[in-house]
Amino acid sequence: MADPKSLYQEVILDHNRKPRNYGALAQASHKAEGHNPLCGDHLSVALNLEGENIAAIAFQGESCAICKASASMMTASVKGKTRQDAETLIQEFRDMATGQIDVGRQAHHLGRLTVFSGVHDLPTRVKCAILPWHTLHAALHSVADISTESENDPMHAPIGDA
Amino acid sequence: MSASQNALKPRSGLAFDVERIRADFPILKLRPEGKPLVYLDNAASSQMPQQVIDRLVRYQTSQHANIHRAVHTLSEIATAEYEEARRKLARFINAREEREVIFTSGTTEAINLVMHGFGRKFIGAGDEIILTTLEHHSNIVPWQMLAEETGARIRVVPINDAGELLLDEFEKLFNERTSLVGVTQVSNALGSVNPVKQMIAFARARGVPVLVDGAQAAPHMKVDVQDLDCDFYAFSGHKLCGPTGIGVLYGKAALLELMRPFKGGGDMILSVTFEKTTYNVIPQKFEAGTPPIAAAIGLGAAVDYLSAIGMGAIAAHERDLLDYATVQLQRMPGVRIIGTAANKAAVVSFTLDGVHPHDVGTLLNQDGVAVRTGHHCAQPVMQRFKVPATSRASFAFYNTMAEVDALAAGIRNVQKVFC
Repeated sequence: MADPKSLYQEVILDHNRKPRNYGALAQASHKAEGHNPLCGDHLSVALNLEGENIAAIAFQGESCAICKASASMMTASVKGKTRQDAETLIQEFRDMATGQIDVGRQAHHLGRLTVFSGVHDLPTRVKCAILPWHTLHAALHSVADISTESENDPMHAPIGDA
Repeated sequence: MSASQNALKPRSGLAFDVERIRADFPILKLRPEGKPLVYLDNAASSQMPQQVIDRLVRYQTSQHANIHRAVHTLSEIATAEYEEARRKLARFINAREEREVIFTSGTTEAINLVMHGFGRKFIGAGDEIILTTLEHHSNIVPWQMLAEETGARIRVVPINDAGELLLDEFEKLFNERTSLVGVTQVSNALGSVNPVKQMIAFARARGVPVLVDGAQAAPHMKVDVQDLDCDFYAFSGHKLCGPTGIGVLYGKAALLELMRPFKGGGDMILSVTFEKTTYNVIPQKFEAGTPPIAAAIGLGAAVDYLSAIGMGAIAAHERDLLDYATVQLQRMPGVRIIGTAANKAAVVSFTLDGVHPHDVGTLLNQDGVAVRTGHHCAQPVMQRFKVPATSRASFAFYNTMAEVDALAAGIRNVQKVFC
């Protein structure tokens, strides 16, 4: 197993301490709730689409550091991007977290989000990192409620017995 | 040895040679993260001594066949060993008769057996089942299923801020509709030891049977079901240094005889025609199909092992571990111990300010320290303390004071990462 300290890097700890885009949006065109019943992580993602652009995005909730930092960096990454850009990042982030792509060798658009690549070595924590992205996906598709354990989760996929 | 360790003179004294005991457990020699394993997740599952491993190997290499069926030698040996295991378990909990010991797959199945066999026969619409806030989900969900099916009602005994049951509230819940009490002897999430003997006496004086969930008690203290006078007592093998897939339901013979079978199949019948089936006597009535023979025999060896050490000596050593761990964690800033009952088993559930339990668990694991993090299948307890989850260190008799120090050092490392 990789050194978990490689996951708990300063950038992740910083986003956990001072999450960006944290709070509610006064007016949201799309929103969703994400919940991991196994650990109690819970967050909501709200965004405003202007045309195809994500003009504003915010999240809030109760979660572990990995989940909160992932949510914070996610909102910073997709703000101002198109819906399609966001979907690409969602897919790439999930592939990175589940070990489907090697970010050191394969092309991607993840940028600083690669600090989460180490989570792939911690099977029980993969869902913590992915939950915000599942929730963003659900928000973009206006699915009101998602759970990492629900068949209704549009991103439900085998990612280990986390 | 630290100063505080000197201040806490082990009551168990020199007679308890923990290093010698540790030598019996091969898994404790592992170094999963390049550091010595500090296994503090015993409330989830305990480890197995070589004596039990050897017994399983001996059974599989020289004694295995199906039981209660054939007349050949191996079947007779396997049957005799399986029934000998039942005798050992009966002695371990001081059951009046061996037939009062039913082998199940674990505590969960034992409770489900009572729900199906007793509950569905004797508990109807409007009847009330008393449970407590401290129950594991496995002693909540089966009763909710029954309530949904029959229209019975569940009443819940509250706890105070220390995690102790409020006995006067318990007593107030009784009325003429009370049909069963389900209570855990030791809380898995907090370690609180409940005054079950007193509760049983109160219930039985009103003709109400009591089911005790002993999953967290049987591994840590002497259990005497006759002294408790409980009607049912359920526990698991794998928390008792035995294999997974085996557990026990103790029930008073008269009650078991009145109950419906739980599962249908072979071994639980006397005769079968398509018109009518006659059920076997207890305990076979409740043991349909081929049971986990090896696991039962392994559990028999496990209780032999524990009895040789002595449940009193085990309890005393674990009391020392609990006292030391409590003192160590209490004086650490930012650590909040959840569950401070006056009478506790060796479980320390805690939260760290500003750090989610899952982050605590991942970082402690880096130091080789295995704890459980989450809601411990006891969400009502978490809700009562308004925490989503806790980290839980749960001790066994093979843990040491040095491992408590390793836990404390690990927590300080977590705090350094998050400071």
